[in-house]
Amino acid sequence: MKGAEALAEAAIRAGARFFAGYPITPQNELPEYMARRLPGYGGTFVQAESEVAAINMVYGAGATGTLAVTSSSSPGISLKSEGISNLAAAHVPAVIINVMRSGPGMGTIQPAQTDYFQASKASGHGGFRTITLVPYTLQEAVDLTYRAFELSQRDRNPVIVAPDGFIAAIMEPVDLPDFKELPETPDWAVVGCAGRERNLLLNGGVNEEHQLSQNRKAEAMYKRWEAEDVMVEEYLIEDAEYVIAAAGTSARICKSVINELREEGIKAGMIRPITISPFPYASFEKLGDGVKYVIDVEMSVPAQMVLDVRVGVKGRFPIEEVTTAGGFILKASDVKNKIRELAERK
Amino acid sequence: MINNLLIAGFGGQGVMTIGKMIGECAFAQGLNVTFLPSYGPEQRGGTANCTVVVSDAPVGSPVAEELDVLCVLNQPSLDKFLPSLKKGGTLMVNSDMVDTSGIERNDIKVISIPADSMALEIGSSKTANVIIFAVYIVASGTIPVDRAKEIALAKLAKKPQFIEMNNTAFDRGVELARSHQ
Amino acid sequence: MEKVYKKPESLNDTPFGYCPGCMHSTISKLVAQVIDEMGLREKAVCVLPVGCGTLGCHTWNLDMICSAHGRAPAVATGVKRCKPDSFVFTYQGDGDLASIGLSEIMCAANRGENFSTIFVNNSIYGMTGGQMAPTTLVGMKATTCPNGRNPETEGYPMHMAEMIAQLKRPVFSGRFAVDTPANILKTKKAIQKAFQNQLDGKGFSMVEVLSNCPTNWGLSPLKTLDFIHEQTMGEFPLGVFKDI
Repeated sequence: MKGAEALAEAAIRAGARFFAGYPITPQNELPEYMARRLPGYGGTFVQAESEVAAINMVYGAGATGTLAVTSSSSPGISLKSEGISNLAAAHVPAVIINVMRSGPGMGTIQPAQTDYFQASKASGHGGFRTITLVPYTLQEAVDLTYRAFELSQRDRNPVIVAPDGFIAAIMEPVDLPDFKELPETPDWAVVGCAGRERNLLLNGGVNEEHQLSQNRKAEAMYKRWEAEDVMVEEYLIEDAEYVIAAAGTSARICKSVINELREEGIKAGMIRPITISPFPYASFEKLGDGVKYVIDVEMSVPAQMVLDVRVGVKGRFPIEEVTTAGGFILKASDVKNKIRELAERK
Repeated sequence: MINNLLIAGFGGQGVMTIGKMIGECAFAQGLNVTFLPSYGPEQRGGTANCTVVVSDAPVGSPVAEELDVLCVLNQPSLDKFLPSLKKGGTLMVNSDMVDTSGIERNDIKVISIPADSMALEIGSSKTANVIIFAVYIVASGTIPVDRAKEIALAKLAKKPQFIEMNNTAFDRGVELARSHQ
Repeated sequence: MEKVYKKPESLNDTPFGYCPGCMHSTISKLVAQVIDEMGLREKAVCVLPVGCGTLGCHTWNLDMICSAHGRAPAVATGVKRCKPDSFVFTYQGDGDLASIGLSEIMCAANRGENFSTIFVNNSIYGMTGGQMAPTTLVGMKATTCPNGRNPETEGYPMHMAEMIAQLKRPVFSGRFAVDTPANILKTKKAIQKAFQNQLDGKGFSMVEVLSNCPTNWGLSPLKTLDFIHEQTMGEFPLGVFKDI
């Protein structure tokens, strides 16, 4: 199964019954799969007239308590950003899959990680946040997509899954999760007010006090995420002198690099954020004094995640960067050579 | 064991078909495998390539800077990817499409496969992919030949008239690859 | 004593938040009456726009969802597709529907989505303070066309009811007004028709209603009625342009 199709299947198994999207490379297999499969599960597929319409259809669908999902790639996510902000404001759950390609502007259709800030910090206006999940293998992409629906329903907030384009393109064996029972219509859904007071889903404050109280509530939720929802893989960092920070496909490539460096006697390790929001600052804060360098590795030029890494490192260790972009996949040899060179510096 | 293969050619030449066949075969054999396609923006006629990593351990990087096997189906791909073939690696070329006279490396093994003419001789140009697949199986040694044939033919055997032709194509591919060993 | 007139159950007790003389109030009440009379309140979902119509969130006693500017038809598509048994309508102004949301309304209509749209056309942006709308009349002044709309640079007013009627899939599109009691009754009938089409599963219907804006037109409420007669209807003829 191709990556994008596995993501679609994971969404269906998680209970997604509404998909709206607009064609954009490199994620077209995902909507195509939905168009073929979703109706068979009693779900609805709509090819929207634009990304903007697609995310707003998802907003409407989510407002009825139906689990709704949309997918796109970088330029399309920019167009969806208005809708994502409205979803967050109105407390409507949804899952947004961003198969990242290189940018800015139209960029190229090849994979990249140049949407880091957008995906982790500002996927729309107004200072809201999302939990943003970055998988590094197809299996993890499937598992995180499945999990995204749970988080989104729990928080009544959009969740972003941001695989780089490699993950959507790759084919590798994957275990698919079980089909989940569909959720009951939640009590906040707008489906007609029979037997109760009306429900009103507001995408803004009715006045300044209301808006501020909404912001405060959201802030409290974001703080809870930082305490409870950080996902991170710490790979061989106990004795590591060279700690790589990498996410997604970059991290997968770095893992092979670390194993090879270890064979050469160079103590390398890695902190791999799985949630880039909330970011695993604590993993960096607790690094032992034996660390010589932190090496930020990204398929983004200039590097973006490095700013979060700096916050976590708090100036304790020097930070080096290995980056690429434009659609080029990270070269393992670039990382290897960089760390070998650092090891020789002493 | 780890085997990094890159197949490259024009879109529509069978690059992805061959890669997927190898991937599925390795998976059916219980090996770890990744298949990573890469396309140009064109739907047809542009360049396309795929990387297939077959390993008995979980696959780390799904791309390879150093290839064990390079399979090229057109001239531009030969020029572009030959430097990535590691010392002692195997170059498979569709010699009906690619001129190999300019190859200067003598640290690699070259298997020239007149895949299209062989396929036409068998009876269908569509069997060219099976021939190339068979050559890879022998050249890479990742999957036992008999097992690979069994898995592949089972997957391909949708139209009865092709079963025999695919069978022949696989055998011819094996023959050709063994003559280089 | 027999009660012959009462506030519809589909209206809240909150007074309308619209400016004095604004006919949004009349149109809102008509919508509420029709919903009551057709027994739709308990399965109604109203999708609100951005603009003066947003004040509808205080007006109607219905399940409601506020959408981003222009996107109501897309949101309504999501709601109705997931809950086909619910009754869904959008309530949109001219800036929302005919400018920023042109793509959403045309495409939803073209798909024949089974919801209804009430389109309030008062030829101006009310909420933001009187800027030129896609429906502003030629020569009519607005804060962003201080010398009056010039078709050489700003084009001509957009005729939405006719445009929707040109599409194959919608089942009803017409333009009405609420300037006289007779026209109010015709508008009410059209709203009933549009809602019934949805209940019958026929598809998309739009009722365009010519309205006023005393505040931003700079006219007394009564004079706005004359303006509608003498000016607006000259540009925007009343009538049913499609009814299948």
